[in-house]
Amino acid sequence: MGMTISEKILARASGQPSARAGDIVWAKVDKAMMDDILGPRVEIAEKLKLLGAKIWDPERVTIISDHYTPPANAKQAEIVKFTREWAADNGVEHYYEFAGPCHQVMVEQGRVAPGEVVVGTDSHTCTYGALGAFATGIGSTEMLGVLATGEIWLKVPQTIRLRFDGALQPGVMAKDVALKAIGAVGHNGATYKAMEFCGTTFQSMIMDERLCVANMAVEAGAKNGLIPYDGITQTYLRELGVDGGYPYESDPDAVYCQDLHFDAGSLEPLCACPHEVDNVAPVRQVSGVAIHQAYLGSCTGGRYHDLAQAAALLRGKKIAKGIRLLVSPASREIWERCAREGILTSLSEAGATVLASSCGACLGIHSGAIGAGEVCVSATNRNFIGRMGSKQGQVYLGSPLTVAASALTGRLTDPRDIS
Amino acid sequence: MSNLICGSALKYGDNINTDIISPPAYMELPIEQAAQYAMSPVDETFAARCKPGDIFVAERNLGSGSSRETAPLTLRALGIKTIVAQSYARIFYRNCINLGILAVECAGTGSISEGDQLEIDYQQGVIHDRTTGEELPCDPIPDHIMELVARGGLVEYLKERIQKNA
Repeated sequence: MGMTISEKILARASGQPSARAGDIVWAKVDKAMMDDILGPRVEIAEKLKLLGAKIWDPERVTIISDHYTPPANAKQAEIVKFTREWAADNGVEHYYEFAGPCHQVMVEQGRVAPGEVVVGTDSHTCTYGALGAFATGIGSTEMLGVLATGEIWLKVPQTIRLRFDGALQPGVMAKDVALKAIGAVGHNGATYKAMEFCGTTFQSMIMDERLCVANMAVEAGAKNGLIPYDGITQTYLRELGVDGGYPYESDPDAVYCQDLHFDAGSLEPLCACPHEVDNVAPVRQVSGVAIHQAYLGSCTGGRYHDLAQAAALLRGKKIAKGIRLLVSPASREIWERCAREGILTSLSEAGATVLASSCGACLGIHSGAIGAGEVCVSATNRNFIGRMGSKQGQVYLGSPLTVAASALTGRLTDPRDIS
Repeated sequence: MSNLICGSALKYGDNINTDIISPPAYMELPIEQAAQYAMSPVDETFAARCKPGDIFVAERNLGSGSSRETAPLTLRALGIKTIVAQSYARIFYRNCINLGILAVECAGTGSISEGDQLEIDYQQGVIHDRTTGEELPCDPIPDHIMELVARGGLVEYLKERIQKNA
């Protein structure tokens, strides 16, 4: 009986010839990532000291201050300062700050290779599944255990296979694919499970777009999301200078707990309506809804391709009066590339406010919170009540193109309806 | 740890996510202060009503969303040591166990009301609702998880492991 990618990775990491869904394994961790908000300052620093333990292998650890950069107040500044100093004191040389949301930074800095087991103190750690890694979010105490021992116990997940075939229509993006999948599976339909994305749609999908889909796997409750390693992965990693890793693919006779098929060619722009990510509707069905803010950014929707697409739609046009369009490139590198190529200028000339690369607005902790009664259309990953500020606010999730189109009209707008 | 846990139910419904339990705007505060805002997006009276030993009861998909351990940490700071729900998001479940909070799965939480007096026998796998007289079956806690909770969480387990290797 064959194995899925997740089974193969966890077999290797636990030093066994094979692993089956349901097995409990002790896996050796290849890479560990901590952020500022849930990293050293929550339980980890204090308890590591208490245990008299040291980080098992600082070279495998990355710390990224991204949620509270730039800090909005003294408390946030203290957290960033603490994180920076703790990294230095504990020999963690891979420390980044003011560089952008952690997941994009991890990928760009070559900190993830295919087939690795990667854990992070952020639920969207599953993003690295786009590179073929087994990547999952963990809590701070769990991270303490990883730092002290280099290992973690994991239940080998069952896998849901999601096959998307066909070419996406103009105006449709990976975010729409992700929302389609989450709408079908439900926001807890993949709990404890792996989601493996395949089919011709993914075979021709660029890495910026793949990262968006893997990023959203946790919104269906999944432990991890995976896109099989292929030529696109290989080229992307070669350009980043990443070698090593273990390029796995699932065996033809691997066992899946669920097999879903989608016709990507008939997919239309979608949005997740308040206050759940699986509350998915076609944008045209809710296109009357007036918005106050549009947000383009985050580890989900702030990559180069996202900004380039939005800029192409907005170039030479002006966003609707009274609407604010906030743009936070998902990393400093993306910021600089978009600046060089005039993308930031196009966005700014259309009326956008370009912000630092940060997690801030996505979870309403700085740089663009919404007030009571306000509606935001956002390229991010969560629309929970109170997520972006006031609990009387509302968040609709959509693709970067849907965000740009909606900013132009002041109402939720299908990008195909912009001439 | 005795096999019986008694307490008064604080009752909520489906999809109580981590943004609700631990709203992001207050995560920069120390846990004791942040705890005062726990559940505030849906219930501003929660922190004030919470008494040590109360049992947090929800329905489906409890703790979805973020990996933030500030969610169970704030509940623990308010004196909650036991949680009962129909189903959990996985990171939240693990975080509870790692912090020594007993997370019980029970399909019948729909019939539990706010303030019901509960008696949980997690070894027999039954919850007695002393207020309604109902007996609700719950899933027995797997041994490897009970071991962690009984020790008080992952830190105690790590202490033993590190001492053993020393």
